[in-house]
Amino acid sequence: MGSIKSLDFGFMSPKFIKDMSAIKIEHAELYDPDGYPIDSGLTDLHLGVVDPGLRCRTCGGTIGQCLGHFGYLELIKPVVHPLYGKKVYMMLRATCRKCSKPLATEEEMKTMKNALNEIYKKKKATCPHCGEKQKDIEFQKPTSYREGATELTSEEVRQRLERVTEEDLALMKIKGGRPEWFILTILPIPPVTVRPSITLETGERSEDDLTHKLVDVVRINERLRKNLEIGAPDFIIADIWELLQYHVSTLMSNEISSLPPARHRSGRALKTLVQRLSKKEGRFRGNLSGKRVNFSARTVISPDPYISINDVGVPKDIAKEMTIQVKVNKNNLNDLKKLVLNGPTVHPGANYILRSDGMRKKITEDNKKEIAEELDVGYIVERHVLDGDITLMNRQPSLHRMSMMAHRARIMPYQTLRINLAVTIPYNADFDGDEMNLHVPQTEEAQTEAEMLMLVEKHIRSPRYGSPIISCKHDHVTGAYLLTKKDTKFTRKEAAELLFSIGIEDFELKDEYTGREIFSMLLPKDLSIEFRSSVQSSGVDDEGVVIKNGVLKKGVIDDDALGEKSGKLIDVIESKYGHTVARQFLDRLTRLVLNVVTKKGFSLSVADTNISDKAKKKVEKVLEEYEVNAEKVIKDLNAGRIAVSAGMTPRTVAENKILQLGGMASNSAGDIVKADLPLNPSVVMAVTGARGSYVNLTQMCGFVGQESLEGERINRGYIGRTVSHFKRGDIGLSPKGFVKSGYKKGLNPFEFFFDAMNSRENLMDKSLHTRHSGYMERRLVNALQDLRVEYDGTVRDSKNHIIQFIAGEDGVDPAKSDNGEVKIEKMLE
Amino acid sequence: MLSKKVMDAFDEYCKKNNISGKNKEEKLKQLEKIFEKYKYEPGEAIGIIAAQSISEPATQMTMRSYTMASQSDRLSKVTHGLPRLIEIFDARKTFEKNMIIYLKPEYNSKEKAKEIAGKIKALKLSDIIVYDSIDLVNLQLEMELENESLKDTVKALLEKHVKDCEISVRGKNIYVKPKKDNVKNLRKIKNKMLKLHTQGIKGIENVVVIKEDEDWVLQTTGTNLKKILKVEGVDISRVKTNDIYQIYEVLGIEAARNVILMESKETLDEQGLDVDTRHLMLLADMMTFDGTIKDIGRYGVSGKKASVLARANFEETKKHLVNASFYGEKDKLEGIIENVLLGQIAPVGTGMVQLAVDMEKMKKGAKK
Repeated sequence: MGSIKSLDFGFMSPKFIKDMSAIKIEHAELYDPDGYPIDSGLTDLHLGVVDPGLRCRTCGGTIGQCLGHFGYLELIKPVVHPLYGKKVYMMLRATCRKCSKPLATEEEMKTMKNALNEIYKKKKATCPHCGEKQKDIEFQKPTSYREGATELTSEEVRQRLERVTEEDLALMKIKGGRPEWFILTILPIPPVTVRPSITLETGERSEDDLTHKLVDVVRINERLRKNLEIGAPDFIIADIWELLQYHVSTLMSNEISSLPPARHRSGRALKTLVQRLSKKEGRFRGNLSGKRVNFSARTVISPDPYISINDVGVPKDIAKEMTIQVKVNKNNLNDLKKLVLNGPTVHPGANYILRSDGMRKKITEDNKKEIAEELDVGYIVERHVLDGDITLMNRQPSLHRMSMMAHRARIMPYQTLRINLAVTIPYNADFDGDEMNLHVPQTEEAQTEAEMLMLVEKHIRSPRYGSPIISCKHDHVTGAYLLTKKDTKFTRKEAAELLFSIGIEDFELKDEYTGREIFSMLLPKDLSIEFRSSVQSSGVDDEGVVIKNGVLKKGVIDDDALGEKSGKLIDVIESKYGHTVARQFLDRLTRLVLNVVTKKGFSLSVADTNISDKAKKKVEKVLEEYEVNAEKVIKDLNAGRIAVSAGMTPRTVAENKILQLGGMASNSAGDIVKADLPLNPSVVMAVTGARGSYVNLTQMCGFVGQESLEGERINRGYIGRTVSHFKRGDIGLSPKGFVKSGYKKGLNPFEFFFDAMNSRENLMDKSLHTRHSGYMERRLVNALQDLRVEYDGTVRDSKNHIIQFIAGEDGVDPAKSDNGEVKIEKMLE
Repeated sequence: MLSKKVMDAFDEYCKKNNISGKNKEEKLKQLEKIFEKYKYEPGEAIGIIAAQSISEPATQMTMRSYTMASQSDRLSKVTHGLPRLIEIFDARKTFEKNMIIYLKPEYNSKEKAKEIAGKIKALKLSDIIVYDSIDLVNLQLEMELENESLKDTVKALLEKHVKDCEISVRGKNIYVKPKKDNVKNLRKIKNKMLKLHTQGIKGIENVVVIKEDEDWVLQTTGTNLKKILKVEGVDISRVKTNDIYQIYEVLGIEAARNVILMESKETLDEQGLDVDTRHLMLLADMMTFDGTIKDIGRYGVSGKKASVLARANFEETKKHLVNASFYGEKDKLEGIIENVLLGQIAPVGTGMVQLAVDMEKMKKGAKK
């Protein structure tokens, strides 16, 4: 396939424009009364076709075949190109007013880096070449120039620029073309294909913004010509000339700051050339770096613990719409015939065939038999997506590379895409209505590349921190805990059910199995590892996890074994046995563990947040103490006894002190709650790391604590008080948003209000902040995207500059590392 | 070949396990072989991975930018979280600057620390006078100094900076009489005078002495690294500032690179976000590799790219296209985004491979 090796930028000469044009435009009207394009009008058939049934008069192509052809318009009087207004000004100033030589000697210019810019900035009184005195030239944005008191017409400007020699241009490093070409004498008229008109249902034609603007230009140009012909007075000519300049300017860009934007009849500003290119929806960002694609689908996602993390459940209806091209050879001929016979409506079927001569045929119920007969080697069949096909899944926002991974399709009934629960973490998905996109790579290269590089199991370890990101969460963790805690036992029947569900059929027959025995069956036979469990760290259990030769001897499996980032078990299995084993482990584990939860049952009640009366009293005492201490601080403040450190007022010091005391009160309440709560389901969740924490529990059964706004106690409200029910100037606890009740007991109206204030702040923070981090991501990616690792291990950019001599200073890929490190001992084992 | 970092770790490992001589060489060979598995693969789009690894957790950061109250004894105005991260990547010149200054062992006491703190804090004229007023009768300014001992320095300072005035001193009082009589002028002079820097180190707006473990530490708002390094008693090896440009000027580009790395790492760690240092290193290297500090954005790294299309695609499309056409630039299409724009294979990863098969030789080989 041919490719573009480089692009040259420059600007077009009038001759070039004329040469590339198919037609000269002469009329401002678009259509005759019959609705047929006028010859030499702006929709002339030489410019290409946008209506079906018509043929291009230049190339004879129909719609789709003909890409369109430029036309040109002869401007009666020259006009400055608005985008180059500043450049023309720089040229005018940098060259002699009389001889048009640059206002610097050749030697000087050779030493300059950007000659034009430097000469332009320096004001020179006389020309070093001819000695002419230089009058100052003023620039009136965007397109007029003034020399002293007289305004320079475009014609005069053009004459001056024409005199600049090629040698001088080369010295000034202007290589795009002749400067006088910025003063337009010939205006290129874009083909109609870039400004197609739309026919509304009423039969009315609605023209593109660009066409509207071009009509204006042609019309004013005509008017200028007529006025010149009849010899109109100079001021009228000047007026129309200026108007022509305005229309050409807004044709190029409708956002020139000193010009009022040209508007549509409805008052909407027209979208002209520059507007088409720039900004997010412009050609560059909207159509070239991001493109719309075929062979994609989007629906709601839902969980399916019975499929592998490598799989995705694809609804039958989607599978029947999405196709893959398969070339017929003698080995697959019979299989493909069957697919064709099934037709487009039965699932493992096909929708189209491509004959060897390139003819495309749609398979229908009526012709499927014929086509199946006809099918031969060399044909291409567009068959439905089948089980095992490689597809790409993606969930926006695509924040990292794990936001798009390759899954194997599994065709299923119903209407949702189904994914394994363990992959919700990298996608950051949940099932409250989230939708995801599905793509089907079409070529074999694309499919193999997707499978080899993007398959889910190859992304178990995150390149961000070098630990597993595809891991367990929520019920997986509780399930694993329930399975592996000390006294869990299963009867032979139960155990068999559990093990069969994950495909383990060959196991020792016993009357009773401990949970740990069952769990051990998932582990590789020679795995030995010891680590601290989350339960152990929280102090509920003092047993660390000990796995010896693939048998779980001691300890419970929880978040620190299976969780995101902390999951040491997944970590070790992945690094030691590879991602395929790790994937199998995860597949089986998640299924088993969910079956355990279903079997054992796990529920939570309000009673699980009950604490003993004794503890309640203790918490109350903590509150009382806090109140007394805070009172003391306030008293000190009022008496002026607060020691001030530099840069702070006594008030802020006191505020900070109160806040600090509040934090301490919350902490001690937390300790009390922690010590008092028995190992009930709510605590199990907190301790194993499945969901929630002791802080949440304390807020439920103890007190909520300080509500804050902008990092301070709540200050907002009326003068001197937050709510009118408090005394003015009271800076005690309650008036400043301290919540003494717990969520279970219920908040009093004030407390509830403060709590709502706090929540609202968090909510707003979040939504305001996504914008910033989104923009930061765009900037970072843009700055770093050209960097790649070369074969010699260096990091280079697209200019071939070396950024790092050894990538990451040690050459280690964090996605393959051990939590970002390399452990020599482990490697040499 | 292994990098120095890995070799050091290897040497340590050998020392610990008493491996030397031939054994060591063998082990090294073994390590080199295993190490291949851990290395970046050629063609890896390391930049994009780094960028995503930094910004993905940034979406989880809190916007709240100022210190929490628990550190009440510290100077509070330090930017944190996402705003600070953006500050670093923008390579901003104005932001909440601060320094942490450790002292030499012989100065490591509360009294000495306070003494140094007093010495380095910048004082304006307004900080050392008790009152000032405009004497409308004599058309002059008068002020009373806090301390009579300061009068000579103040007089010298005023003579240097306030022109066309007669300056006289009487006890604690200083009188400034402009040669031109003009009330408006008086006010102007007064405002200018009060802002004059009298003593301490310029830029150090505030100093607090705090205790950090065993050390007495000076924490400042405002920074002036160059002058602080010359202050008696300061432990030069442990002075910290968060101003990248000052580090660059005083200690050079490598130091600046390290500050970018450290500051961004610290900001992320504070929020409890785990990002591998390698990603931040790459970013810091990218910002500093040509010897100057470039920001991440349209005026820095992205705006100085070789490719016209890459620049036009990022921001300021019009400007880049106009300039490119004017100067007749050429885009060699060696970057990623240029090729994406043109629908071609981008030169990263599997797209980087440029193998050509010599069909003639292949045929010959097949015959054999």
